[in-house]
Amino acid sequence: MSQQDDKPHLPAPSIWPVGFAIGIVCLLVGLVLGSWFAVAAGAALGAVFAFLWVRDLTRDLKPADAPVPGAASAEADAAEEDAEEIATYDRSVFLEGATLGLGAVIGGLVTLPALGFAVLPSFESHKTHDIDLGPISNFPETKWMIATFLMDPAQGEVSSRTAFIRNNGTTTVTGKPEPSFTIIYSRCAHLGCPVQPNGLISASQKKEVNGATLIPVFPSGFGCPCHGGQYDTEGNRIAGPPVRSLDRFAFSIVKGHLILGTLFSVGTVEGTGGDAKITRYTSAFPGVHVDGVERWLYPIPVPGR
Amino acid sequence: MVPLDWTEERTGLVGGVKYFLFRNVPHDVNWMQTLGAATLTAFLVQAVTGVFLAMYYQPDPNNAYESIQNITHHVTLGWMVRGMHKWGASVFIILMFLHMGRVFLFGAYKYPRELNWIIGALLLVLGMLEGFTGYLLPWDQTAYWATAVGINLNATAPFLGPFLAQFLQGGSQIGPDTISRFYSMHMLLIPGALFALIGLHLYLVVRLGVTSPPWSKTAAGRVQPKATVAAGGREGLVRTPSANSEPDA
Repeated sequence: MSQQDDKPHLPAPSIWPVGFAIGIVCLLVGLVLGSWFAVAAGAALGAVFAFLWVRDLTRDLKPADAPVPGAASAEADAAEEDAEEIATYDRSVFLEGATLGLGAVIGGLVTLPALGFAVLPSFESHKTHDIDLGPISNFPETKWMIATFLMDPAQGEVSSRTAFIRNNGTTTVTGKPEPSFTIIYSRCAHLGCPVQPNGLISASQKKEVNGATLIPVFPSGFGCPCHGGQYDTEGNRIAGPPVRSLDRFAFSIVKGHLILGTLFSVGTVEGTGGDAKITRYTSAFPGVHVDGVERWLYPIPVPGR
Repeated sequence: MVPLDWTEERTGLVGGVKYFLFRNVPHDVNWMQTLGAATLTAFLVQAVTGVFLAMYYQPDPNNAYESIQNITHHVTLGWMVRGMHKWGASVFIILMFLHMGRVFLFGAYKYPRELNWIIGALLLVLGMLEGFTGYLLPWDQTAYWATAVGINLNATAPFLGPFLAQFLQGGSQIGPDTISRFYSMHMLLIPGALFALIGLHLYLVVRLGVTSPPWSKTAAGRVQPKATVAAGGREGLVRTPSANSEPDA
């Protein structure tokens, strides 16, 4: 085993790694909390300290100075040069650096817009359409309906979604009497499979309203066929791998029509029907905890919609 | 042969191919060491059948399913090419795992072949991504829900999970952008990376030489001027320039 280059080379202690670590932590925390300012600040900090750290580490690796041409006058000039020790850059070195730099700028001008095109459109927030499900007379009180509708008619059948809707009648939980609907999204909170109602379906009483399909159903709960998750009639998880309750739709009643609004995630729902207490969170992907200690144990951000 | 000589004089490629095909291997190589070439063959079958399928497939949410029905039922031998591609995908993955297991159990990931192992691990990930993106393309219920579940699995990764899921979906929900994006990745991005890394993987195999099985007593591998047996594992992995190592062809 050759020994000549094996001296352990420990870098002197410095604060650059600490600054770099702080920058990375700031970036990650910004991703979790959704604060883009923190992400940008963390990235900038991390980049600056990474540059300083790497510069420190590679200080010994700079190539030796090129030998001075003209051996005849070498001894004569050597004494003067040793005395002054001015660092000089050859013109060729400058031109090389300038060419690389210009190449980097041109490369950036070409690749960055293309990368932006590939990545950024997925994160644009689109105006969600309100879904008109027809007159509320189609939703008899205390009865459940399976509603299948197009989330975005422009996208066609691929945006077809299902919700389980129950007209709870009138509720006075806010003080004055208001109509109450329980509208549960059928996407399972485990991994996104379509949750099915556990009960009889009156297929013969199917109705088509405004491009949506309404079918009466008598569920005692909801179950997911993929991995066996079970939910009660408020969408709370009773059994299986789902991590939270089923998501819900906000609704409004405009000119006697039931209109579905934004999708949101919920914590555990207390109470039932019109008296239910619902804690509302931004819509999260399946498998993501929205509350509880797991929210901190599993730092999964919820990007804006 | 005259045509080969003609090409060799003008390109030098014939000599290169001969160097690859007629390189020395240890006298005690095992049949299990053919799994790598088998995996490469499976990949080439996938590439060729994939190119031919792409001539009839339409990556549009309204036409995808019908175009595949057309391939399966109306195009001449379409059922066979589609079948080769569908089953070939499973064959590719299984052979990759068997090859990986063989390399691991033979210790052929040790010095000087560490980088080759890392490239192989990347090839495994890319192969599985290829399978994941290809699975959506038939655009039937199995394809859609398997992809929905797969994307939601990605979303549960810490910090970057939801962003990765949203990037894959092409939006906040699975939509028409999803199938285009998966098609582009399946046809262009991942095969490009696969071809490049397989080329590098093969280059390293030729440069470093084939190992002997672990029960062999003989040194093996291409002679390397700077190699040291003590630096790595057993003798079957590396040959040093010494009196008893003959030069390679």
